Amino acid sequence: MTEFNPVLLAHVEEPESHTLKVYQSHGGYASWQRVLRDETPGGFTEIVKQSGLRGRGGAGFPTGLKWTFLPQDHPGPIYFCLNADESEPGTFNNRILMEQDPHQVLEGLMLSCYATRASTAYIYLRYEYPGCWDHLQLAIDECYAAGLLGTNIQDSGFTLDVYLHRGAAAYICGEETGLIESLEGKRAWPRIKPPFPAVEGVFGKPTVVNNVETAACVKQIADRGVEWFQSIGAAPDPDNPRDAGSYGPKLYCLSGHVERPGCYEAPLGITVNELIEQYGGGVWKGRRAKAVIPGGISMGLLSSEELDCPLDFSGPGKFGCLGLGTAAVVVMDETVSIVDFLHNSCQFFAHESCGQCTPCREGTSWAFKMLERIRRGRGRLHDLDLLLEIGDNIGIMPGTTICGLADGAAWPIKNAIRKFRDEFEDHIKRTNPEGFQETDPVFSLEVLESH
Amino acid sequence: MCFGFFVVFRQCQSPELVGFLLLFVVNGMDRVLTDEMVSEIKALFARYPTKQAVTLPALHLVHRELRQVPLEAVVEIAELLELAPAQVQDTLTFYGFFHQGKPHGQTRAWVCRSISCHLRGADNLLEHLCDRAGIQPGQTTEDGKLTVEFAECLGACDFAPCMLAGEKLHPCLTKESIEDFVESLG
Repeated sequence: MTEFNPVLLAHVEEPESHTLKVYQSHGGYASWQRVLRDETPGGFTEIVKQSGLRGRGGAGFPTGLKWTFLPQDHPGPIYFCLNADESEPGTFNNRILMEQDPHQVLEGLMLSCYATRASTAYIYLRYEYPGCWDHLQLAIDECYAAGLLGTNIQDSGFTLDVYLHRGAAAYICGEETGLIESLEGKRAWPRIKPPFPAVEGVFGKPTVVNNVETAACVKQIADRGVEWFQSIGAAPDPDNPRDAGSYGPKLYCLSGHVERPGCYEAPLGITVNELIEQYGGGVWKGRRAKAVIPGGISMGLLSSEELDCPLDFSGPGKFGCLGLGTAAVVVMDETVSIVDFLHNSCQFFAHESCGQCTPCREGTSWAFKMLERIRRGRGRLHDLDLLLEIGDNIGIMPGTTICGLADGAAWPIKNAIRKFRDEFEDHIKRTNPEGFQETDPVFSLEVLESH
Repeated sequence: MCFGFFVVFRQCQSPELVGFLLLFVVNGMDRVLTDEMVSEIKALFARYPTKQAVTLPALHLVHRELRQVPLEAVVEIAELLELAPAQVQDTLTFYGFFHQGKPHGQTRAWVCRSISCHLRGADNLLEHLCDRAGIQPGQTTEDGKLTVEFAECLGACDFAPCMLAGEKLHPCLTKESIEDFVESLG
């Protein structure tokens, strides 16, 4: 294994790593001061654009390009939202960054605000992270006291205010327009795009929404440069003109049935097997992996034969998964029932669908009811076709919903049933020997109340 | 009298009139928001270009103090934010987070049930906690000390299975650590 020295996680284990004092002892905020003094916003945007940095929150959209969608010469205000609503099951790297190294995140946020000429930034933090709330607030206070935030920072003429805003435990607030609606004080119903947030975002003004890890990468690019960033990760696939490449380090969250769950920093493009063996200490209890979620539950499933899948932006897609997502890898050993996995996944999406689009609201809820019935021994083979019908028809991709939550709900259904159909059929035949061939409509069973 | 209002409410088709009646009902009672809460809410106005954006922070503030946001408080928040009570109530009910009508227990425990915790036995631990507390998920113990609820991913999968009780994360739960937790409640 080639040794990779962590950059994003370089200081998270140090005592008092969350304080300004420790952060500045590693040269923290030097880039912020240099960029304020020597770079124009357009110049710094160009650097980030050239680096090829792609958003770390799930969609992988090129960050610098997103910034250039803002209208030029807008009278303002322009808003910046840091998406800290990390809620994808299996994902926790933003928590570690914000709790252990909040200044790294803040410096990245400040640089991003300068590049986009945003004078107000909101950090939309999920409720479930009280430790991050405390450390971020402390970090913001320290920055104001040190003159790194506020009015006319370091006599640059640039003014920036940063506010923490607390969510209320809703997955949909991680969708950027859901986040914007929630920030405005409304229910978090995603918006139809266009207009894109860059043109009309929060409070009707141009807005950029970026992920926490993306901001941390921006800070590292400012420190170390484009060449450094592009020396890590995977170059664009020459056979795929749409591949923008997968450059830079990535924080992989490894959990489930591994010996050492944790957040590990590695170059984009590490394979699932390498991650499990070299970082996670292998599958736990000496068992074999049966299936692996490559990037958060909404990305779908890899079977045990597919674990040489590279974890870069185009890797999981080649194996029928939705994408890299948040790069949260969840390992399931050979004892796990895929029926149970899919039940858990459907339960999650039925609970978290915001209810705005009928195909998603009804589809996720019916999928969960069917899985509940299958799991309790009343499944029919016909149900598998019904589930696939739901899976193939809800989401942005088939064009039936406003946001991608439904695609994320659909992918585990499609992957699990298409890759593990025999197991579903065996389960149904074994647990419902009398009725597995029924095709007439049936009543759903009572399901447990969720929240 | 209460019944009379109820009938008026049921028959009333105009949301504005409902809002007016709610205000009327509330004005006749003691206010729910303390002066401190009101000034804390007002202090947030400068952060946002609209008052409506203070909805979630205001709800959080009240919820932190009262462990619920009663309808009366919704009306008072709406008044402060220059909104219809229904707008605040709409936002409140969207998020499963806020209790209304009855406060949650002194400690609110969220047991994660998402995939990483599920794979490491969260179901059994939730059941164990509920058995020990003598309640079902979503319920509060009779002495009002503990509310147990499901949570979707708490973002601590490196410590699965886990639970967030109040502001404290309980990592790598076991039956023993749940015992300790229940006993710590007194």
